[in-house]
Amino acid sequence: MSTSATGAGKRLPLLHGQRPWALGFLGGVVFIFTLYQWVIPSSADSVQTFFQSWLPMSALNTSVIWAICAIGLNIVVGYAGLLDLGYVAFWAIGGYVAGWFMSPFVSQMWPSWRDVEVNVFGHPAIGQNGGVHVSFWLVLPLAGLFTAFWGLIIGAPTLRLKSDYLALVTLGFGEIIPEVFRNGDNIYGFNLSNGDLGIGPLDPIALGPLATIPGVPSVLGPFDLTFKFLVYAFLVAVAIFISLRIREGRLGRAWLAIREDELAASMMGVPLMRAKLSAYAVGAFIGGVGGVAFATSNGSGHITQSDFSFQNSITLLAMVILGGMGNVWGVLIGALILSWINLVGLHQVGSVINDLLHTDIDFPSFNFLVFGAILILMMLFRREGLIPESRTRQILREPERGELESVGADLEGDPA
Amino acid sequence: MSTGTKTETVVTAPALVADRITVRFGGLVAVGDVSFTIPEGAIVSLIGPNGAGKTTFFNVLTGLYKPSAGRVRLGERDVTGLTPHRIASLGLARTFQNIRLFNLMTAEENVLVAMHSHMRSGILRTVLRTPGQRREEREGREFARELLDFVGIGKSANDYARNLSYGDQRRLEVARALALRPRVLLLDEPTAGMNPQESARFVDFVHRVRDEREVSVLLIEHDMSVVMRVSERVTVLDQGEKIAEGAPEDIKSNERVVEAYLGKSGTDGYHGGDR
Repeated sequence: MSTSATGAGKRLPLLHGQRPWALGFLGGVVFIFTLYQWVIPSSADSVQTFFQSWLPMSALNTSVIWAICAIGLNIVVGYAGLLDLGYVAFWAIGGYVAGWFMSPFVSQMWPSWRDVEVNVFGHPAIGQNGGVHVSFWLVLPLAGLFTAFWGLIIGAPTLRLKSDYLALVTLGFGEIIPEVFRNGDNIYGFNLSNGDLGIGPLDPIALGPLATIPGVPSVLGPFDLTFKFLVYAFLVAVAIFISLRIREGRLGRAWLAIREDELAASMMGVPLMRAKLSAYAVGAFIGGVGGVAFATSNGSGHITQSDFSFQNSITLLAMVILGGMGNVWGVLIGALILSWINLVGLHQVGSVINDLLHTDIDFPSFNFLVFGAILILMMLFRREGLIPESRTRQILREPERGELESVGADLEGDPA
Repeated sequence: MSTGTKTETVVTAPALVADRITVRFGGLVAVGDVSFTIPEGAIVSLIGPNGAGKTTFFNVLTGLYKPSAGRVRLGERDVTGLTPHRIASLGLARTFQNIRLFNLMTAEENVLVAMHSHMRSGILRTVLRTPGQRREEREGREFARELLDFVGIGKSANDYARNLSYGDQRRLEVARALALRPRVLLLDEPTAGMNPQESARFVDFVHRVRDEREVSVLLIEHDMSVVMRVSERVTVLDQGEKIAEGAPEDIKSNERVVEAYLGKSGTDGYHGGDR
């Protein structure tokens, strides 16, 4: 809650006014980790079953990954004001990069690549040495950059469009990219994506030097969910950090200005295309990172194009809107709430209701009905989102000074 | 009046030259073959009745429209057909007739936006907050404060632009434009909505901007008392054509100008003059 700095030349603190949130986030992560790593396993069976059914670790992990992508989308939608309905494309690209560089798949891409065996700090599963195996930590930036590159390629023609048209075209790309992966099992003999079967098994995450700490596994297998949670939470922190830092700098201001008044921004020397493209690229970068995280979290150890449907784009957008466009912390919370409803909440609440009423309703299938209802309620009662950006709250809650003056309010007497 | 406080500016290299600009919209000639010069360090005005093509001409200078014919030179540089942001970054700044601030940004941020083209920090340097980036930010903020103080709204630096009073918003627009470190400052009807005292103060303000910020100023203005007091040269457009140009006193008595504003002479009994 730091009051905005007064006086020129004052050095900006590390995270300008964000410290309470950052500490809260850190505390939450530590709390959850402690809870699931030590407290729950040593508690009574009933407690274990309760958490197992209402807040399983796997669902938490998936929620956190959704949060990464929602924070990435927030840069495009919340910061720069570009409505993107096809964000899942970036998620998919990131996921497939993980597939290519963290599995034996490359050796199946092309007949003559059968004997390819590359290992860059990678940790192939036993007997899966073929193909390319790059360390998870290296694949993250690699996938981010690759996805950002595709963000630029997709963005260059599309970002010239305005509002509705932009939304439509991004929607198109959101459909095209997963379709390319779906049908990309035989491009003149080249197997890009293994079609419907998908790519796998993916290498586990290795923790490298961290494993020297007692109790920390060196490789995160399918059951090391609590440690995976730490990894994904770390990625969320990185995404938030990137968002906040850029927001406070030259580029973030340019995005805001474009969101406010494109024409005026260009007249003030802001190159519109470049600024929009960079928003797209940064958003895509984070989406790509989220894709890699997603690929490694999948229980099956596989990624397939069906993981990246249009609905994901909409869900992500709903998370951003629910949480509060433009505020990373709001978006984080929006993402956690919506993914919990999606993954666990509906099912659990549904089975409680079914038990009570002796009905047999398939509640999880109503998820989009629920999302829709939530969004409508939000638009009616809290348009600015759960935890809005202070600026947005301004415009939605407080009358403009001009309006006040027009009804004769005396504003000169105000202290300030 | 005291227009002649500055002896007629010696014509050195002009700050801006518009050479035989023509703009056609379909069959309509909005601006026809208009040439126009802003001498370095001068304050000049562009006037004319409604629909005379002033705004169109303005939009050509700032790059919003590409002229159908003619060239625009900013200093030594030909800027015809460049994008608005490019022209702006080369030193042509403007304010807007109906204020267009970034409402949900603070006054300081508004000014900082206009420094975009003078700053260099990209994504990576911003995320890592390198020493260079920090210095740039700090210097940017200092310059922004300086400009806000200069226009007299330093105390409102952290207020959202939308919460400033009307007059302060106008000032902020000037501060924002000056942040481009422009060579030429275009003011589009800056005194619209001001009362006579405010307008009078504005005249002094424009002089101060020119003298202390070393820019040449071009105004589009309707208020003749302001035009006559502030400008060293006046250009009159009517129906897309330049009908007169010269010192304010000459313009006042120019027959074609009076005609353009008041209709053909002989329209009985109407002797308006300017206010």
